[in-house]
Amino acid sequence: MTDPAFQDQEEQVTPKIGKFRGGLVLPEHKDLSTGRPIKIMPLSKRYILPITQHSGQPAVAEVKVGDQVLKGQVIARTHGFVGSILHAPTSGKISAIEPHPVAHPSGLPATCIVLEADGDDEPIKSYKLEDWRHSEPLVVRNYLQEMGVVGLGGAVFPTHIKLTPAADIVVEKLILNGAECEPYISCDDMLMREYAEQIISGAHIAMHILGTNKCALVLEDNKPDAIAALEKAIADNGREDIEIHAMPSRYPEGGERQLIQALTGKEVPTGGLPVDLGFIVQNVGTMAAVHNAVVNGEPLVSRIVTVTGKGITHPGNVEVRLGTLFSEVMEFCGGYTDSVERLIMGGPMMGFALPSDNVPVIKRTNCILVAAKEEVPVKDDPMPCIRCGECAQVCPASLLPQQLYWYARSQDFNRTKDYHIFNCIECGCCDLVCPSHIPLTSYFRFAKSELWIKERERDVAESAKQRFEAREKRVEKQKATLDEKRKKKRESIREKPGSEEAKSEIAAAVERAAKKRKDVGPDQT
Amino acid sequence: MEFTTAPAPHFAPDNKVSLVMLQVLLALVPAILCYVWFFGIGILVNIIIASATAVACEALMLKLRARPLEPFLKDYSAIVTAWLLAFALPPLFPWYLTVLGTAFAIVFVKHLYGGLGYNPFNPAMAGYVLLLVSFPQDMTQWLTPNVLVDAADHLTIGQQLTTIFSGSLPATANVDAVTMATPLDMVKTGLGQNQIMMEIHQNPVFGDIGGRGWEWVGNFIFLGGVFLIYRGVIRWHIPVTVLLGLGATAFLFYMFDAGSHATPAFHIFGGGSMLCAFFIATDPVTAATSNKGRLVYGFGIGVLIYVIRTWGSNPDGVAYAVLLMNMTVPLIDYYVRPRTYGHGLD
Repeated sequence: MTDPAFQDQEEQVTPKIGKFRGGLVLPEHKDLSTGRPIKIMPLSKRYILPITQHSGQPAVAEVKVGDQVLKGQVIARTHGFVGSILHAPTSGKISAIEPHPVAHPSGLPATCIVLEADGDDEPIKSYKLEDWRHSEPLVVRNYLQEMGVVGLGGAVFPTHIKLTPAADIVVEKLILNGAECEPYISCDDMLMREYAEQIISGAHIAMHILGTNKCALVLEDNKPDAIAALEKAIADNGREDIEIHAMPSRYPEGGERQLIQALTGKEVPTGGLPVDLGFIVQNVGTMAAVHNAVVNGEPLVSRIVTVTGKGITHPGNVEVRLGTLFSEVMEFCGGYTDSVERLIMGGPMMGFALPSDNVPVIKRTNCILVAAKEEVPVKDDPMPCIRCGECAQVCPASLLPQQLYWYARSQDFNRTKDYHIFNCIECGCCDLVCPSHIPLTSYFRFAKSELWIKERERDVAESAKQRFEAREKRVEKQKATLDEKRKKKRESIREKPGSEEAKSEIAAAVERAAKKRKDVGPDQT
Repeated sequence: MEFTTAPAPHFAPDNKVSLVMLQVLLALVPAILCYVWFFGIGILVNIIIASATAVACEALMLKLRARPLEPFLKDYSAIVTAWLLAFALPPLFPWYLTVLGTAFAIVFVKHLYGGLGYNPFNPAMAGYVLLLVSFPQDMTQWLTPNVLVDAADHLTIGQQLTTIFSGSLPATANVDAVTMATPLDMVKTGLGQNQIMMEIHQNPVFGDIGGRGWEWVGNFIFLGGVFLIYRGVIRWHIPVTVLLGLGATAFLFYMFDAGSHATPAFHIFGGGSMLCAFFIATDPVTAATSNKGRLVYGFGIGVLIYVIRTWGSNPDGVAYAVLLMNMTVPLIDYYVRPRTYGHGLD
């Protein structure tokens, strides 16, 4: 990772089609892991399954300790709209539901279901939706939800929701993202080479759900084998409604918004979604998962993981069941080399370093980068910013990182918002070109989280204020009703002085007053 | 197994402040050699004096400000300031004034404002202006290019050194032959005496486009600047707009009255225009920071150079133009920003 060969690109103020703004040409390091076909990892003894593996509302366990489960059985489910379902990766017994370290940037443990495999790998009886072509789109969509399919490009957003745009929106085109732009990662490349048919089939299912007949598959031109395999699959399939677009390789091409800009020249409005332009973007791996779910009736219980870097003996791509510990994957890949230094989930640009390999593979785990000493940068102390603006030249969002840094450093967070910090996609390009070696992306993550905290505090304060005002109103109203009641009573007594009713009221009031005096006692009167 | 962690990205940056500064110095070398060819070794002595002063002052200020010495002395930014100031001074400038100007630039203009990255004003130009307003006589002692001096009158290296260290030309030198006004000065004086440009141009000091010798130094500065743009050390925005602002304004007046205004080419190749466009205005710390902002900043400097040269009291206006535009940088940076992705769409 100390390869100095990356070069920045000429800025593109108004990008032509085929280009997005900013970005970098990075050393690829992909051939480390593309030499061998995808290997399938054998059954493990134990699986650790974080119950929430998608982005959205958290899931809850559907099983108890001691339960016997079959492969593909639902073990966790979200009771909410933005949710997904988790299935058992093999048959066995639930031995615990407890916190366990997981691969998350926060470093906090998460509730996990521990499954002791019984070795039979017995699947639950499932039904397939082979006749999806004649099924209502809603049926197919609900089926995907049941199968726990989420976006496998890294965002793990529930696929069935992404495939359900609002009723008034017409989806013009499905865009398949095969632009695996981060260095080292090759799981999508290998998947496209080996499972092109499944990807194309999955894409047709997604197009059926969306009601569109247009689909573009975008990938980088450094993957000729994948392009050939996909072209063959499209030809074999007979339906020629998927176009392949090979783009020059440049990071971060695979960012959803950059991909759309490169493909169409259009920008997704800030605060909006690609669907506002009529596009739905799906990762190619997700399409293969859609195919497996619908055509084979297989829920999402495994994924392809790139295990790479000079810190691992046999790098390559491995199909791993969810819940497998990283340490076991490492062992399967021949173990660590002597020069191992850092363990990263994801790529070198946006991935995060893990303190331990005692964490399970989740739906999000696209790559485990085991970096050796020589691949890890030695970062010297940052120098002051000299405002050279190289960061702004490479920023794909056209931000001014040098200004954002200035305000983030002085904790002037409102100003960072003014400079559109929330458009930062944290791609890390600015860090790489900074001559002062300032960890810019870290500053921006910090500023964003501070702003989020402030926003939450503001929300809390706002709702407290609302509660207080509601109470004030309520008290006032109660007082008003009480006053009204008293007034009425007084008037009724005054109207009919000497009547039986009035006399008894007065007697009652005198008695109440006497009782009060007695209760309080002489000292306090 | 346990691992150490660090925030992403896990790739090493491939650039360094020191590398940026070293490339700027390297890009200046051809122009310096050309300068020596035409005007003698004075500039080299100035550079050595200024560099030594700059490093000493930088170390002193870092010490006083309790900052680590090594990383900041090794960033070479003080040396760049020293070289640029030395380049702008007359070749046989008295040594103690070079020391004074450099010390002022580093101590007051750079470090008292927070050191590298924090100074609002270009240190070299502020040092230059201090000398210009305090020692105007010494600042106009320019040499005649060697090609215009009889071989017998050429100053020896010893004479040049004596001049620098004693503060005046030795009695043995033919003062009238070896010193003369700069072409810019001649234009200014000539026009002041109601001469027309054709007459002024009769003087042998004028070359094809600018002044003899000067235009060649300008060419090498241009080459150095192209090298910096090619290497990505600077971007094209400032150099192009400085020369454009200057050239366009000059063109306007030249078209209006060619007799009493120098050609745009003379302005572009004369005086400090080239040095300013590629090496001084491009100082990132004191320039506007966005591409669009730099267009405004550079154009402003170009126009101001012309204005000061034409109507100001000094023959050249580079230093004042740069310092004036330095003041506008916070304003430019606030109002001139690129359109963020996804913002301002129809």
